[in-house]
Amino acid sequence: MSYDLRVFVKHLSPGHVFVAPALLILFIFFLAPVAGAFVMSFTDFDIYALADLKNLSFIGFDNYINLLGSPLFWKAFGNTAYFAVVGTPLSIAVSLGLAMALNTPGVGLKPVFRTVLFGPYVATLVAAAIIWRYMVDFQYGWVNRGLGVVGVPPIDWLGDPHWSMPAIILFAVWKNFGYNMLILLAALQKIPDELYESARVDGAGPWSRFLHVTLPGVAPVLWMVALLTVAGYFQLFAEPYVMTQGGPAQSTFSLLYYMYQDGFKYWNLGHASATAFILFAILIGISFIRNRSQESFA
Amino acid sequence: MKTWLMKIGRMKIWRMKIPSVPTLIAGSVLVFATAWAAFPLFWMTSMSFMPEAEANAFPARLWPVNPTLDNYAELFAYQHMGRYVLNSLFVACLATALSLAFNITAGYAFAKLQFRGREKLFQALLAALVIPGQLTMLPLFFLLKNLHLLNTYVGVVVPFMSSLFGIFLVRQYALSLPDEMLQAARVDGASEWQVFRRIVLPNLRPIMVTLGVFTFLAAWNDFLWPLIVLSDDTYYTLPLAIAALSQEHLQDQGLMMAGATVTIAPVLVLFILLQRHYVRGLLSGSVKG
Repeated sequence: MSYDLRVFVKHLSPGHVFVAPALLILFIFFLAPVAGAFVMSFTDFDIYALADLKNLSFIGFDNYINLLGSPLFWKAFGNTAYFAVVGTPLSIAVSLGLAMALNTPGVGLKPVFRTVLFGPYVATLVAAAIIWRYMVDFQYGWVNRGLGVVGVPPIDWLGDPHWSMPAIILFAVWKNFGYNMLILLAALQKIPDELYESARVDGAGPWSRFLHVTLPGVAPVLWMVALLTVAGYFQLFAEPYVMTQGGPAQSTFSLLYYMYQDGFKYWNLGHASATAFILFAILIGISFIRNRSQESFA
Repeated sequence: MKTWLMKIGRMKIWRMKIPSVPTLIAGSVLVFATAWAAFPLFWMTSMSFMPEAEANAFPARLWPVNPTLDNYAELFAYQHMGRYVLNSLFVACLATALSLAFNITAGYAFAKLQFRGREKLFQALLAALVIPGQLTMLPLFFLLKNLHLLNTYVGVVVPFMSSLFGIFLVRQYALSLPDEMLQAARVDGASEWQVFRRIVLPNLRPIMVTLGVFTFLAAWNDFLWPLIVLSDDTYYTLPLAIAALSQEHLQDQGLMMAGATVTIAPVLVLFILLQRHYVRGLLSGSVKG
């Protein structure tokens, strides 16, 4: 056996040997579990099956049918979509605005600004969420104090179901804008100065230069970044887990939160796998838009 | 009047020019945004040094009047913070070491070694990029349970060992290595392993630092997967520990801010030191890991 193995290894090229460990790990801990999740989503995998696989039975599409008929699932879906659809444009707008500011000639201290602006992205999400719980506190938080200065009455951010998701969006924009800002800055730097110059010669004002030079110049990157951000925002979990526990009145309960609670608190692993696959289908849909749009940009 | 202003503008006293309107706007936007980005982190640090009465005072304060280390003392003496710091450090280092070992070899091979099925394998990996990690979590939990890896450090780092992002990052960089350099070593009779050890590895050092920082930060900041794998708080990493702490001690603001500072400060320092390498990784391909 060990001789055969040696012959087998000799017939492999060095390239195979170099990629084998990584691919083996990817197969065992990534690709096989994906297939496993697919199979699981058609079973009643629960705490009894976790103890002994003999207790497992296939139930066809029951998990999916059950999910699509469950108000809690739709609540989680709606919340997650709200977060992604409102949060993404806000994030991107902040990222683009600051990337443009960083790209303005004549501004000093750019490395310092860039580093500090990127700080929130590096900061540990859970710890940052804890800080923001205090930032948006009804009585005590700086957000309400800031609003008070301009005459806005205090908002019960995390206690009012209408304001809890906006609070989480506010936090997410603060946390995430740095990443897209750096990518957009790199794209802005690739726009040749001559384009701006000739637009200026043609008498274009700042707004028209933004519309006709800046936006077309960064459009492919902007679109890619926006779709990646939507996909990332659909995976909302730690923010509500730490800041609101999904409340109040389930107003911040997300798809991934649902999967976590269903799978690892109530041990309905089969049912939770179906949720995971619906989330996956959404992400595939988004990446399909991305591929299509990349073709049209190319 | 106008010419007078223009003259001042052109004067090089103190090597300063009067900034143009766009520069002024951009500058003020940046100052404002920087304050907005830094303020929560500043407040966290400042509050972590406040005695209880000051931290809980209304209205909230910016500076501690009588700075104290009480919050940190409480964390390390009674809340096992020392152990959580070591857990996090160990998990992040283990993830980094394993990720480097697996991804560097594979990334290099995909860039520079010819082997049967290379293009097809690579296309398959590219296609797999859309699969979110969360999809694997339920079966992976079951797998690790059967391998007796729940509540272990190895269980926490499993998703970081070999990553599509890591392989692409290294491959992209390794493509730029000149083939002649590798060929010359082979002509001199070096085996593929020796070529890798003596020539490839030293030349890949910059991207190793990049991948290392990325993995370290990702493992340090990770939350959902450790939350699933670790039920025994002996193995808790910092994010799990402070999330649990916040459920019991939410009113104790100074203590919570000290916990957040202990969690965030190491990654911020690491980022500031290795920024250049981090940004290179972020810009190359801009794939999210």
